[in-house]
Amino acid sequence: MAEMTYLQAISDGLRTEMRRDDRVFVIGEDVGVYGGAFKVTLGFQEEFGPWRVIDAPLAETAIMGGATGAAIMGMRPVAEMQFADFVSCAWDHLVTVAAKQHWRVGIPVPIVLRLPSGGGFSGGPFHSQNPESSFAHIPGLKCVCPATPEDAKGLLISAIEDPNPVLFFEHKHLYRRIKTEVPEERYTTPIGKARTHREGRDISVITWGAMVYTAEEAAQQLENDGVSVEIIDLRTIMPWDKAAVLESARKTSKVLVLHEDTHTGGFGAEIAATIAEEAFEDLDGPVRRVTAPDTPVPFSPPLEKAYIPQVEDVVKGLRELAEY
Amino acid sequence: MAIAREAEPVGSLSEVREAGLDRVDLFDIYRNMLITRGVEERGHILYRQGKIPGSFYTGRGNEAAAVGVATAMESQDVGTPLHRDMGVHITRGVEPWKIFAQYMGRADGPTHGRDGNVHMADIHLGLIAMVSHLPAMLPVAVGCALAFRIREERRVAVGWFGEGASARGDTHESMTFAGTRKLPVVFICDNNQWAYSTPTHLEYATEHVADRAQAYGFEGVVIDGTDVLAVYREAKRAVEKARSGGGPTLLECLTLRMEGHAVHDDAFYVPKVMFERWAENDPIERYRTWLRENAEMTDEEEDEISTGVKKLLHDALTRAEESPMPETSTLLEGVYATPEELDTPHHM
Repeated sequence: MAEMTYLQAISDGLRTEMRRDDRVFVIGEDVGVYGGAFKVTLGFQEEFGPWRVIDAPLAETAIMGGATGAAIMGMRPVAEMQFADFVSCAWDHLVTVAAKQHWRVGIPVPIVLRLPSGGGFSGGPFHSQNPESSFAHIPGLKCVCPATPEDAKGLLISAIEDPNPVLFFEHKHLYRRIKTEVPEERYTTPIGKARTHREGRDISVITWGAMVYTAEEAAQQLENDGVSVEIIDLRTIMPWDKAAVLESARKTSKVLVLHEDTHTGGFGAEIAATIAEEAFEDLDGPVRRVTAPDTPVPFSPPLEKAYIPQVEDVVKGLRELAEY
Repeated sequence: MAIAREAEPVGSLSEVREAGLDRVDLFDIYRNMLITRGVEERGHILYRQGKIPGSFYTGRGNEAAAVGVATAMESQDVGTPLHRDMGVHITRGVEPWKIFAQYMGRADGPTHGRDGNVHMADIHLGLIAMVSHLPAMLPVAVGCALAFRIREERRVAVGWFGEGASARGDTHESMTFAGTRKLPVVFICDNNQWAYSTPTHLEYATEHVADRAQAYGFEGVVIDGTDVLAVYREAKRAVEKARSGGGPTLLECLTLRMEGHAVHDDAFYVPKVMFERWAENDPIERYRTWLRENAEMTDEEEDEISTGVKKLLHDALTRAEESPMPETSTLLEGVYATPEELDTPHHM
């Protein structure tokens, strides 16, 4: 084991796969000489050369479409959008071409698209978004949202191995803030399996990404009130671990769904609907959602703090559920 | 003022031999053009019989451009042909019965009823299925070329687009990336002068689409797209240049779309005189005349080819009509690929 930040764990997973499999290559803006906007690929071009760590022009369509063509020709591209927000420029190649190619004509498109996402540092409306629910809605895509360094490495390796387009949402606010023990050897973390972040009896929080840590702080406060909170870290939202969520809902009988994405049509709505359909009889209260409001992500610190769910918002939601 | 080079017509048999075609090749080209048109003419009949759901698109007038380019590709090369490029599928060896089955949404079509029209391709023949969003397949072709460059393979990708789709940013991004990296890709613009009802002067302000190539750092060539041998010669040059590390070329094949955008469209907006003038340049008739005058194609040889094509298409229709409709239970299959599927030849 070695101590790694979330960012170092992503680099380590990527480097591991590039050393193991020469079909794996990186393409994106400023990923080579500069090492990526967040330095995930720092030193990669020196090790793997300019044709496996490719500095693309500022052309997300060419990056995503290029990754699609290369994948169909047998490569294992790991493409990077400099910020998850810019995936909008690559929508067609991801959603129209890559996502549908296998179902339409039986051609696998094994791509990983790395998407630095999330807010918390005044990135404003175009450098802070969490667009995972838009893509979870698209048949043929997989969406991965790790919260811990260990999962970030294991899920990235699983994503590279996967024969489908996988969107890897890496939360920027976790990059250097979260540092834990990570196995140095190669390992995979299964896509579609949740992780119980914290065991509890009274209320379940279903969440993913940076919100896992917000939920943890809130759970600690509730513990002082004598309320035991369970936290399920989904880890991947498409496919998502329905069985784990339903099991936890049945155990605690109260559920709070928490995400940093906006409210309406966020993936929390799908989770709440599923619980209502399949575990209604086991519930002792309504499924609650704590999410960002339905606005773009604001820039100014007090506005952004009001936008991103805070520990006190989760605490309030949990107390209401506890008293229900 | 035009910047792109204008391709010379191919005159004599000796020029054709220099370009690498023997008499058998010349007859194959003719046969492929006949099959291409025959498939689409029979498709029209199937549509009128109510056997083709949805709409129906053809490439009438584009047979020379499609067959000419595909003939210049080697078996290891790949391409992303579009809805006017049936000739590419035919030349690469797609069996016509599968195309008819595709048209009719049958279980044995290449997409098993999941997609229609020319939204199909056989990856084992080096072709990648198009989507409706044009020219979304151009960056995909560039990505194929990128894979060849990374692996240092002597293979070439060919990407098609229309003059209408030349207006979209995908074209720009693809050519920018391919130009900066000198990737082994050939861009083919099927310029049939009408993007649905929109004429060329509302799609681009240069004289030719191919004039843009210079801005991306490679050569642009305008070709009479009704002259199959001229298309072949330029495509061969471009493909071999790309193969030997010389980077991309943009070939613009100028034709006229001889029918509406799709079967529902009577193309009232195209001046009648334009149709009349381009009908005189029908690519198949033009090539047939050339073969008779320059390659001494005899009546017997011509009959043998056309009879063979008729039989092929007749049998193909029969076989396609025998194919069942897809089982609805298959609908949910294949949204995701399985790891075993990565071990197919094109993924090696």
